[in-house]
Formats: sequence, C-alpha cells, structure tokens
Amino acid sequence: MDAAFVSELRRIVGTEHVLDDALELLTYECDALPHLRESPAAVVLPASAAEVQAVVRLCARHGVPFVARGHGTGLSGGALPVPGGLVIALARLNRVLDVDIPNQRVTVEPGVTNLEITKQVAPFGCYYAPDPSSQQVCSIGGNVAENSGGAHCLKYGFTTHHVLGVEAVLPDGELIHIGGTLVDTPGPDLLGLLIGSEGTLAIVTKIIVRILRRPEAVQTLLAAFDTIDAGGAVVSDVIGAGIIPAAIEMMDALAIKAAEAAVHPNFPPADTVLIVELDGPASEVKALFGLVHAICERRGATTIEVAQNDEQRARIWRGRKAAFAAMGRVSPNYYVQDGVVPRTRLPEVLNRIRQLEARSGLRIGNVFHAGDGNLHPLICYDERVPGEADKAVDVAAEILSYCIDAGGSLTGEHGIGADKSQYMPTMFTAEDLDLMQRVRCAFDPHGLSNPGKVFPTPRLCGEVPGPYRQHPAEAAGLAERL
Amino acid sequence: MIERSAESLALQDQIDKCVHCGFCLPSCPTYMLWGEEMDSPRGRIYLMKAGREGRAQMTDGFVRHFDACLGCMACVTACPSGVQYGPLIETTRGQIDRQHPRPFADRLFRSAIFAVLPYPGRLRVALAPLAMWSSVVSRWSLVVGRRAPDDQRRTTVDQRRTTNDHRPSTIFTRLRAALALAPRVTFSSLFAPAVPERTPAIGERRLTVGLLTGCAQRVMFPQVNAATARVLAAEGCDVVAPAAQGCCGALALHAGRLDEARAFARRAIAAFEQPGVDRIGVNAAGCGSSMKEYGELLADDPAWADRARAFASKVRDASELVDELGPPRATRHPLKLRVAYQDACHLAHAQGIRQAPRDLLASIPGVELLPIAEADVCCGSAGIYNLVEPDTARQLGDRKAGCIAAVNPDVIASANPGCTLQIAAAARRRGEDVRILHPMEILDASIKGGW
Ligand SMILES: Cc1cc2nc3c(=O)[nH]c(=O)nc-3n(C[C@H](O)[C@H](O)[C@H](O)COP(=O)(O)OP(=O)(O)OC[C@H]3O[C@@H](n4cnc5c(N)ncnc54)[C@H](O)[C@@H]3O)c2cc1C
Ligand code: SF4
Ligand code: SF4
Repeated sequence: MDAAFVSELRRIVGTEHVLDDALELLTYECDALPHLRESPAAVVLPASAAEVQAVVRLCARHGVPFVARGHGTGLSGGALPVPGGLVIALARLNRVLDVDIPNQRVTVEPGVTNLEITKQVAPFGCYYAPDPSSQQVCSIGGNVAENSGGAHCLKYGFTTHHVLGVEAVLPDGELIHIGGTLVDTPGPDLLGLLIGSEGTLAIVTKIIVRILRRPEAVQTLLAAFDTIDAGGAVVSDVIGAGIIPAAIEMMDALAIKAAEAAVHPNFPPADTVLIVELDGPASEVKALFGLVHAICERRGATTIEVAQNDEQRARIWRGRKAAFAAMGRVSPNYYVQDGVVPRTRLPEVLNRIRQLEARSGLRIGNVFHAGDGNLHPLICYDERVPGEADKAVDVAAEILSYCIDAGGSLTGEHGIGADKSQYMPTMFTAEDLDLMQRVRCAFDPHGLSNPGKVFPTPRLCGEVPGPYRQHPAEAAGLAERL
Repeated sequence: MIERSAESLALQDQIDKCVHCGFCLPSCPTYMLWGEEMDSPRGRIYLMKAGREGRAQMTDGFVRHFDACLGCMACVTACPSGVQYGPLIETTRGQIDRQHPRPFADRLFRSAIFAVLPYPGRLRVALAPLAMWSSVVSRWSLVVGRRAPDDQRRTTVDQRRTTNDHRPSTIFTRLRAALALAPRVTFSSLFAPAVPERTPAIGERRLTVGLLTGCAQRVMFPQVNAATARVLAAEGCDVVAPAAQGCCGALALHAGRLDEARAFARRAIAAFEQPGVDRIGVNAAGCGSSMKEYGELLADDPAWADRARAFASKVRDASELVDELGPPRATRHPLKLRVAYQDACHLAHAQGIRQAPRDLLASIPGVELLPIAEADVCCGSAGIYNLVEPDTARQLGDRKAGCIAAVNPDVIASANPGCTLQIAAAARRRGEDVRILHPMEILDASIKGGW
C-alpha cells in the first residue's frame, strides 16, 4: 500500500484512526474463525458515513480492495482481510440515532451491538427479535451482512425480516438509501438482496430496524432425553401439532458439559437436552405449553424442568448461548460449522455425525436450532497436534456433504465467507452461481468489496468460465451479461 | 522473545483457552473508548500469543497495548471460555518490566510510585505539603465552587471524542494528574490515630477478624478503617489490627512486580498468623482480590505455599463478612439517603462480589439505592493506572462521573480507595461537590444513629 494512499486515509479519518503498524495489523488478521488468517495492509476506523464514503472513494480510485469489519465475531471468515487490502472497521460508528417507540423502530449506526438495541428499548417493554448467541458483541452491520439469526428466529424470522431500511456506501463511493421506515417500499426488493450479501455489495452505514412488543407471556422448559432420536421426535411432534414455538433448541452431551463448566446453567447430565419456549397471549401459551409438556413425556423425557420465573429462564438461555464459546472449556480449539437439513432428516444426519465422530477420533459437540433444522456441529481439535486442524476442516466438509445429501443447505446463519465458498458448487449449479456473480458485478464491477468471499472462484466481471452457456434468466430476457 | 519458564508455560493454557469469540470486547473499557482490536482483551491475548510464537517483538508499540490495559477484569466476567486474564496480564507485565527498557523519566516515575505509595510513612511525607496547602486554603477560603462548562456536563461521553493516540503520557501530564487526584488531606486526617490493635466484640463473640488497615487507606482514609472496626465489633467480632502489617502488595502484583509482591505477601501473612484469627477482613477491593491470590502467588515457595493458601482462604471483603455473619445484631437506625453504589472492579469482576455491599446498604432503613448506568465499567482508577495513563483514566472518570450524576445521589458509596479518589477528581472537574463514603462508613453511621 503506497504511502500517498495511507496519508490520504489519515487526512480523511485522522492520524490515530489509521493503523498500519505490522503488530497492530496482526490483531485484525482473523475473525472468530481463527484458523483462516491474513494480515491486511492497513486498517481504517472511520467515525461517520461521510468518512466511510471518502475512504471507499479513495479505494475505488486506487483500485484497492477493502473488507468491512464489525466486531469480528463472524464464523465463516467473512471479515478475513484481503492480501494488500484495507480493513474498514466500523466499531466507532456506534451511535443509536433514533428510538421511535410509537412507530416501533430504531435507527442505528452499524457498529451498535445487537443487544444494545434491546437495551435501549427494554424500558418501553420492547425488544429487537433476532437474537444470535453472540448478541452481546456482534454488530448490527455484521448481522445485516450475514442475515444473522438466533434461537427465536423459528417464530420471528431472521435479520431480513426486521430491517426496514439501510443507508449504504456502494463500492464506487456512492451513498444510497434502500427501503425506508415502512414495512414495504415500491420497486424490487433491493434490501433483501443486500441483507446476507456478506459485505460483497456495499458497506452499510445506517440501519433502521423494527422492534417488537414483549409478548404477554413466556414459558420455557428444559427436557432431557436418553437419545437424540427421542429429542428429534419431540421436535417433529410439536411442529406437527401446529405449534410454532418461539424457540426449540437441542444440545448434546458434549455441548451440555461445556456449557455446564462455563456458566453452570444446571443442565441435567443427559445425552440430549431440548429447550422449548412458547410466547404470546397468556391463555394461548398456557394451553399449548401443556401440550408440549405432554409430548415430551410421551417421547420418554427423563426430566422436564419448567422455568418458574425470568431468572430461571435466563439461566437456561445462558447455558444455551454460552455453548459455542464455552467449548474452550473442553477443547483447546474448536471449529463451528453451520448447516441446515430438513427437520425430518435431523435424527438421521445426527447419527451420521456420531459415526463420523467415532471414525475421525475428533470429538463433535452438537448445538442446534432444531425447529429450523439448523445444525451447529462443534468440531474439537488441538492445533498443536500436527494435522489435527486440517482433519477438523475435512470433518466439517463431510458434515456439510451430509446436509446437502439430505436436501439441506451450506449455511443457516453464519454465512459462506471465505470458509465455505469452495462448497458453493455442491449446492448451486454453474448457472445459479453465474447469476449471483452478475448481480454482484452490477454493484461492484471492479470486485473491490470483500473479494474472494462467498463465490468459489474470484472472477472479473464479464469473465465467463468454460464455454459460453446462456443462463436461463438471460434466455428469458431477465438478465444480461455485463 | 517471551521467556519460557514454567510459569509462562502454565499461561499457555490460558492463552489456548481463548477461542477468539470476542464476547469480551464490549465489556472492555479501552475497546469501548477506541474500538480497536489490539486494545481489546481478545487482541491483547492475541498479541501475547503472537509473542510466544515469535510473530511479535517486545517493541514500544507492543508494550503500549499492555500499558493501556486497566487490569479491571471485566473481560474475565464476560468470557464464557473461562480465560483467566489476571495471571496473563500480570505475567506479561512482569516480562515487560524485566525485558523492556523504558525511557528514563518513565522509569523514574514508576519507581517513585512504588517507593512511596505502599509505605504509609513515606506517603504521609509526600502528602504533607498538600495538607499544608489545604490548611492555607481553608483559612483564606480561596476556593469557590466552580462549575464546569456545559459540554463537560453531558452524561455520556461520545466515543468520537475519545482517541487513542498510541503514545505514553508525558511526565508533565502525569504529575498534573497526580496532583488532581490527591485526596483533600488535612494534618488531622494525615496523623489520625491508628485503629487499636484490639477492639473487643460487643456482646457475645461470633468471630475474630484480623483487619487489614492497608497502606494508602490508612493514610488517606483512616476514618474508613475506624468505621470498619466499629461495625465489625458491633456485629460481634473481636477485631485485631496488628501493628506489624504493611502493604498487601496489590499495587506491585497488578503491575507485574511479582518479587516485590511476594515480599509484601510474606510480611502480611506473618503479621496475621496469630492464634484465633478466623478471618482476615479487608475494606479495599484491590487489596482483597490480591490477598485472595496469595496461594497462587507463593505456590512455588515451599516454605510459604501452605501458609499462603491457608491465609488466602480466610480473606473476606468487609461486606462479605457482614453478610457471612448472618442476621444483623446491631440496630440499624434510619438514614435518609439516596445512595449510588459504585462497583469496584476488584470487587465485582475480580472477586465476584456485587450483591453483598448492595444488601448491606439496602438493610439500612431509609436508604434508597440508585442503579447507575454502565455500573460494571471501570472508573479509570485501576491501581496506579490513573497515575501512569492519566489521559485514558480521565476519559473513563468523566464517563463514570456522568453516569453517577445522572441519578443525582446524596452519597456515592465506594469500597475502594482508588475509586474514591478517581471519582472525586472527576466530579471536581465537573464542578460538583460530591460526598463519597465507604459502605462501612454508611453502615457505621446507621449503627451509631448519626454521623
Ligand atoms: C460464539 C459465537 C456464537 C454465534 N452465534 C450466532 C448465532 O446464534 N446466529 C448467527 O447468525 N450468528 C452467530 N454467530 C456469528 C456472528 O456473530 C454473526 O455472523 C454476526 O452477525 C457477525 O457480526 P460482526 O459484527 O462480528 O461481523 P464481522 O465478523 O466483523 O463481519 C461479518 C461479515 O459482515 C461484513 N460486514 C460487517 N459489517 C458490515 C457493514 N457495516 N456493512 C457491510 N458488511 C459488513 C464483513 O465484511 C463480514 O463479511 C456467532 C459467533 C460466535 C463467535
Ligand atoms: S471472551 Fe474469552 S474466549 Fe472469547 S475472545 Fe474474549 S477472552 Fe477469548
Ligand atoms: S482487564 Fe479490563 S482493560 Fe484489560 S483487557 Fe480486560 S477488560 Fe480490557
């Protein structure tokens, strides 16, 4: 990175907010997936949308690739720097700009944490629904980029269902506004396109989210089972009975052990535990909760604990939410995967994972959003044992192949990032991928915004792999090659 | 570059436990101020790791990020993986102390701190000129309450105004800060009589408690020790305060001056090894947390390891003791007070004590406890931090004072002398005249039935 570029950066954001010392850059070389590392050429910490815009313009002018970074909790290497590129860290864009309770919306800058929104509106009996386990630290900007979800997304939907509008800087430095303050705006759903694009289309600088009223009643139970199959059967029965729980989460023995060591949630030592939460009008919750309780009993629950108050409920959730990070208690390193399978195939896929565990010799914990069929296998390894890190990657790849075999997906909520881009062709056809690339080219013709992520092979816009084949969308006149 | 002693190998475990999840970031005061990864717990641990792997050298830049750490342990509370950051930072600081040459003025300033603060006699001498000054001031009433300009009176601090310039503070800012922090001492407070060596329990004895009178506490806040002894006696404790005790070594320990800390620890252990002492009571959060660590500190010293462990197991914060004693014995008389309780990091994060002091205050009829925002964020005092890193400390102090001012309390309750000085200085900058008391002083007043 040439000196003129860096001094221009300094002029834009102030000397102290540009980092180019090799030592400091080290700390930006990875996100929460630390086995993928790359040192950036510099890090810049802008404090306003205007500064982001100026920085991106400068990058565009010099052809310097850049990667947006929130608080670096991504689990797919989305914020992994690009060699020779710039990291645009949004931690200082952390103001809550507007809290509008009557209209149930909040406007924030991207560096605000997910939990901060709920904290701001809690005194008014409201909350922000998407609740990733990392909510105390992950940024809303990161949530938008990854279309993050959480335990309660089964009933309430993902980030994309709660964002009303954004302000963003396009890779050429143009400032755009998409969506607005209302639930729907005319024209194509560009917002839907941007949410989940993992920083490859634009840098989001302002977000308007919807907040919800706290439900009248909440009931939570923790049921233990001797087999994963029994737990899986409960999930199917509950949903089959037409009940949409606020959350339905499963954890296996290893995950239980880690959570127990970390936050002492007082989980029973079982093969599988299931957390089921219902919320809504009190009378409805009461009736349905009785049904859920009966289903658990019928499927042979060994213990059923019903949270008697908010404190007990919080304790159960603490155990669940600490589960990933708590793996440090039982293993020096761990690798979280994120895949989705149709709910009905859960027990089968889980049993395959258990066989793989025995075969590979690496312990695998399982924590998952059972209602959505969203698996989070936690593969334990020790990076100091030669070859183990690579083995963990192979094991993860195999688990993903089970998901795809079962008609599922490569990611439920953690994104593709740098970690899983190579598997994209197992899920999408060349034509599908091509169409995605062309959308990306429309936003970022020079491939400067988070290049090397999501797509299997970085390509220049207009470059066509193999012999030219017309995409069905092109044939239908819906898209054209740039 | 980092030594590979047995001690440092044990720390490798702690470093390995960090899974890089980032859950600790939002609780870290320096990340809160600057948003920079290398000044976050995760970043600091990553740098330690890089040091071990030979990917980072102990340069000035490296050292800056460890100097900037407050040692507040908020990251330990936040970490689901159970990373014990305390020993990590203490060891890293020890290595820096031994291997990294600091500029002359910096070295001198640090040596001066460690040569004065832990020794009550020397501290009295150092503070005497201030006492003289304050007697002049009070005689001529030179000081009229000044109000801070409006923009300093905001309740929260905009992060945009807080900047990490990545440079150590100059000797001048440090001296200025030291003066601003110094307590408003008078000759009578400086030379107040020490707590008697023995204060008998009132009524039937429940426990015998050895009272740490501390180094700075004894000189700057003798009334806190007196109040603690009275409260414990009223609650049925024989209180012994051996004259032979000195500093507990907390300042040295937290700065990574481990040998110095060990010497202080041995002396404290010996002073309290008297027959019949059931508990060691401490009324300064920083001291209590390091005395609870004596077992680990002296683990490798065969002559002292067992004694240190036995001692550490008896250490209790004063509020913990009152809680442990069970139902109050002495009558609590009403005090009509709105109290903001300030969590000292070395109580809340290092010792996990949050509820006991609150319960103690709430047990006083008429006391209304006011919850303050950002209660679990460090006030910037942090041992010697506000002396060596005055700029950062000031930003955090302003932030804390703003959060406290927002609830407009009659009294601020603070269970650590460092926090008391820091918050008083921040309030003075805002032009506010606040009353800061130790919870033991408030309880004492309630038991006595007046101030
Ligand atoms: C222990 C643990 C538990 C987790 N649990 C969950 C969970 O339950 N559900 C879930 O969905 N995720 C979970 N995650 C993953 C992670 O927290 C989310 O992906 C989160 O949204 C990332 O936010 P961040 O601020 O850390 O983003 P980063 O990691 O910094 O960045 C993530 C991606 O977003 C892009 N980006 C960041 N900010 C912007 C912006 N302003 N504009 C454009 N692009 C941007 C980056 O370029 C990158 O591609 C978990 C992570 C950890 C470590
Ligand atoms: S919370 Fe713990 S494990 Fe996670 S980054 Fe911080 S120190 Fe490491
Ligand atoms: S001790 Fe405090 S300042 Fe230091 S890294 Fe931990 S939270 Fe940050």
